[in-house]
Amino acid sequence: MNLALKDIRHGLFRFVLTCFGLGLLMTVVLAMIGIYNGLVSDALAVVKAPAADVWLVEAGTQGPFAEASSIPADTRDAVARMPGVAEAGAVNFQNVEAPHGGRTLRLYVIGYEPGRPGGPQAIAEGRGLGASHFELVADRKTGLVPGETIRLGRNRFAVVGLVEGAMNSGGDPAVYVTLADAMVLQTELDPAAQRVQAARGAVSVKSASVAAVIARMAPGADVELLTATVRQWKHLAAMTQGEQEDLLLASVVDKARRQIGLFLGILLSVSAVVIALIIYTMTMEKLKQIATLKLIGAPDRTIIALIVQQALILGASGWGIGLLLILTVKDYFPRRVVLEPFNTMVLAGIIAAVCLLSSALGVRAAMKVDPATALGS
Amino acid sequence: MALGDILIEVSNVAKHFGEGETRVDALRAVDLTVRAGEVIALLGPSGSGKTTLLNIIGCILAPSAGRVALDGELVFDGKWLRRDLRRLRLDKIGFIFQAHNLLPFLTAQENVALVPDLAGWPTEAGRARARELLDYLEVGHRRAVKPALLSGGEAQRVAIARALANRPRIILADEPTAALDGARAGLVMDLLRRLAVEQEACIVTVTHDEKIFDRFDRLIHLRDGRLADA
Ligand SMILES: Nc1ncnc2c1ncn2[C@@H]1O[C@H](COP(=O)(O)OP(=O)(O)OP(=O)(O)O)[C@@H](O)[C@H]1O
Ligand SMILES: [Mg+2]
Repeated sequence: MNLALKDIRHGLFRFVLTCFGLGLLMTVVLAMIGIYNGLVSDALAVVKAPAADVWLVEAGTQGPFAEASSIPADTRDAVARMPGVAEAGAVNFQNVEAPHGGRTLRLYVIGYEPGRPGGPQAIAEGRGLGASHFELVADRKTGLVPGETIRLGRNRFAVVGLVEGAMNSGGDPAVYVTLADAMVLQTELDPAAQRVQAARGAVSVKSASVAAVIARMAPGADVELLTATVRQWKHLAAMTQGEQEDLLLASVVDKARRQIGLFLGILLSVSAVVIALIIYTMTMEKLKQIATLKLIGAPDRTIIALIVQQALILGASGWGIGLLLILTVKDYFPRRVVLEPFNTMVLAGIIAAVCLLSSALGVRAAMKVDPATALGS
Repeated sequence: MALGDILIEVSNVAKHFGEGETRVDALRAVDLTVRAGEVIALLGPSGSGKTTLLNIIGCILAPSAGRVALDGELVFDGKWLRRDLRRLRLDKIGFIFQAHNLLPFLTAQENVALVPDLAGWPTEAGRARARELLDYLEVGHRRAVKPALLSGGEAQRVAIARALANRPRIILADEPTAALDGARAGLVMDLLRRLAVEQEACIVTVTHDEKIFDRFDRLIHLRDGRLADA
């Protein structure tokens, strides 16, 4: 006869309510884990998208994401000619606010040279950029659809295609335009004084500069050799793809990551205390029944099973409900919520450990109960 | 096993609570022998040590001194001689509580069947035993009901069925008829007496209930922790 299940069925409404409450708490914990993962993977999206091997940026900067970087646009030709380089492309990045459909879209504009590295990996809908001016490929999260137009700076751009998962580390969705268009846009968005200079025909240094040049190596080529060579050019710095990713995580998202990580830690501690309290209270309420069980001769095994099984059922239901809820609502979060099976398994392990620990507290109290207390009325 | 076997042998048992100023001598040098088939009553004013003696016989309270033998086995001699007192209780002793103390989350039937289940009976045999006892005690029709919905008398009879489920030879009852009217109290006592004979068991009952005094083989009077046989 399974006493744990019989007792749960006896107070089913209350038990279900408790599981549901715990489930909600687990939803928040899982959401936090998902947001944490999402933050990291979103932050890396922009670095990973070009599938580059080496990033060449302005010397003395940690560009183009952690710091501003500006190098001459013709650097690309020089890089492309270097031994071992298969392809090279110049890119630039800027944040733009564009009014569209009655609201303001915050966009991350990526300028690249079509046919060279720096563009999107895969087009989800429509087509990629053609040779012509004033076209853009937008991330689906912008809400733009192919065929629409949107004003960026002084020009109207036609949306020709959609991509997925392209954004900057702040979560702003990206749009891809040609490098030429991006450089014009950059001039337009420059401070007014500079625009005046440019209108007079004075050569703007910036107009001929890009943020970075990215290179893909030929199979078997030595990345180290290239970076070493580039570092000899005084005005350039080189980073491998791995270094660029580490840099981004260490500088741009590090604070946000630590913030969420700390919050996650607090949340887990709160959950642990709540679970412990629920299980301990559940046992305390049953002390008299436990005394009765001892009096009629039930062995410790029976009593421990009653407590531990209930604790584990509670923990498992809370975890299950939490997982179900977060999977249902995760797509409604403004930023991506990424849950790996591994994370949920780790959480399951933590909950199981907390349940076992708190039932140990309950078991200790239960073991101390004097069977004679069952006799008092 | 036979009628007349000595089932309870309490020799020179004393029990005091506290020390010094607060010391209470609940029992002083009590001797008591009970044989299979006997139904005896423990009587005495409040505080005379009746419950204390019952708890000592039930192995839930250790005497301060003396010896206790149950069903031929010496279980206490200055200290407990068995480690698994619970198994001893499960096999040899049935308690009928003053407050009936049924488990609220089990039905009447399950409350009774739990005991054979704990004792390792096959499930079906335990169920049959529970049905048989509940029918015998005339609460069979309430077997699927949980304790909260049973009347005081029904709950008491279920508790008696539970006490008897594993066929213990020693049945201890603290005021078993307190919740019952005169007629039912008489029925319960008749039933216990019949069980004592059929199962070769003995029954020790604490009671204040004068209506049922004539149904006991022996009345044992306690006063200030001493036996005052009458
Ligand atoms: N756990 C205890 N701690 C201290 N004193 C106790 C304890 N249990 C019983 N006593 C004392 O021992 C004495 C005998 O108590 P006991 O419960 O055996 O009396 P009783 O005859 O059952 O009384 P009643 O008829 O009121 O139930 C009383 O003076 C009581 O106060
Ligand atoms: Mg008493």
